[in-house]
Amino acid sequence: MKILVCISNVPDTTSKINFSGDNKSFDKNGVQFVINPWDEYALTRAIELKEAKGGTVTVLNVGEADAEPNIRKALAIGADDAIRVNAHPKDAYFVAQQIAAIAKQNNYDIILMGKESIDYNGFQVHNMVGEMLGIPSITPAFKLDLVDDSTARLEREIEGGKEVVEVKLPFVASAQQPMSEPRIPNMRGIMTARTKPLQVVEPVAGEAKADYVSYSKPEKKSGVKMIDAENAGELISLLRNEAKVL
Amino acid sequence: MSVLVFVEGFNGEIKKSSLEAATYGYQVAQQLGTTATAVAIGEVHEDALAKLGEQGISKVLYDADSRLNQFVADAYVKVIAKAAQQENAKVLVFSNSNIGAAVGSKLAVRLNGSLATNVTTLPKTDGGQFIVTRSVFSGKAFADVALTSDVKIIAVKKNALEIANAGSGAATVEKFSADLTDAEFVAAPKETIMQDTSGGVLLTEAEIVVSGGRGLKGPENWHLVEDLAKALGAATACSKPVADLDWRPHHEHVGQTGIAVSPNLYIAIGISGAIQHLAGVNSSKVIVVINKDPEAPFFKAADYGIVGDAFDVVPKLIEAAKALDK
Repeated sequence: MKILVCISNVPDTTSKINFSGDNKSFDKNGVQFVINPWDEYALTRAIELKEAKGGTVTVLNVGEADAEPNIRKALAIGADDAIRVNAHPKDAYFVAQQIAAIAKQNNYDIILMGKESIDYNGFQVHNMVGEMLGIPSITPAFKLDLVDDSTARLEREIEGGKEVVEVKLPFVASAQQPMSEPRIPNMRGIMTARTKPLQVVEPVAGEAKADYVSYSKPEKKSGVKMIDAENAGELISLLRNEAKVL
Repeated sequence: MSVLVFVEGFNGEIKKSSLEAATYGYQVAQQLGTTATAVAIGEVHEDALAKLGEQGISKVLYDADSRLNQFVADAYVKVIAKAAQQENAKVLVFSNSNIGAAVGSKLAVRLNGSLATNVTTLPKTDGGQFIVTRSVFSGKAFADVALTSDVKIIAVKKNALEIANAGSGAATVEKFSADLTDAEFVAAPKETIMQDTSGGVLLTEAEIVVSGGRGLKGPENWHLVEDLAKALGAATACSKPVADLDWRPHHEHVGQTGIAVSPNLYIAIGISGAIQHLAGVNSSKVIVVINKDPEAPFFKAADYGIVGDAFDVVPKLIEAAKALDK
């Protein structure tokens, strides 16, 4: 079983989000980067499947060299090897093209990633990769099990319910909670990760179709209006007459 | 050229988020001097489809194939791609749902189009450009994105715009189908299991959400959340620890790694407001926080707050909500 897990390198949830003076780019200054939390569900499930059934887990990142500490972290958690496509991830379409190109060379049985990244919140790449490769993409999945060596059973969320899907390998799936319980690397993992292969490859020719022109931040809230707990019912009339949401 | 809107049904009716997408589609069509057509698949009442005229939709292409009463991604993509081709659609509009965004992503590849999901504004189309604003960084920022391909695909964030009544007559409903083969059904669901929504409101579609956290002390106290939700016509939700403790099902968990919601009103009871929780709710228009800890960080993100014990405060709210005239 060969599993590919795609990860992105994203600002930690607690980061203050700032942009350059001209608002044209994200300001990385002082920001700590982490493995995208959604991707961690995919990574851990891939490692669990490998532990149960054998095989390999390869981590793929489309990004610049500053993503390498988090790629090493994925190796420390239990992936076997890693590939970094050395390119700025311009948009979802460009990233999907790079993933599809790597996938075509390596015949993975399962391609996993998080349902979206917490920075660009696209929910696009997994379905694009499936479409580019002509294989099913099951997204967002919160359960993934192997029925036998060639078939997987997934549960995916739709609004108001869930679908149970059985597919033949190969396929693409995106992960969401509670697919797995993300792991913290242990000392042995961190030591062995240093010597695991991390291959850097140049991108294939690809095009971005969405051009990020500028960024802005939401208006600040005007402040909280406190209501005395004794007169809690007053809140309801404020919501109707002042906020006009009831 | 034209604008094509995909509308989703739920229990035979059209979802609120799809009425928003139809409104968006009509307004883009007006900007571009063309008309908006809708495409619907599966089990949707035909009179509900005709009523899309109210949102300015002139024609609905309706594929009533009963195999598509459940979501079959590849089949939906084929039907919508054919509709787009027939109507010479240059702008395709979806709601930013698990179905809409999935189909939109696949169509972006198949139609060689530019895609933006989580979109919050109508496009700026002056000077031949096409720039939309989308919500990014988990609600902490917006990005303006230029869609550069000939075909533009947009998934509209829920509750980002109001459903408009364009005042037009009924839309004409035309039967429509694509030649589906077994290939479109290889990843078809074996089974679709819907939650019991009888009398309840779908969380992702709700205008009001009442959400509970660990401050409620246990699942046996959830009647407080449920009764307030019922009195307000709201959906119920919970924080991550509550779902992790199995007090409530995971599909109710809102937050960074749960569901992101953007209702008109979000009421948080006994939730401290960790940044991971805020990331899933910060697009809500009005936030109410009820917490007995005056230092709870959630108050900083709230519009209204009550410092008090949920067990004292919530019954008072339920009483006041029941007394409202509907």
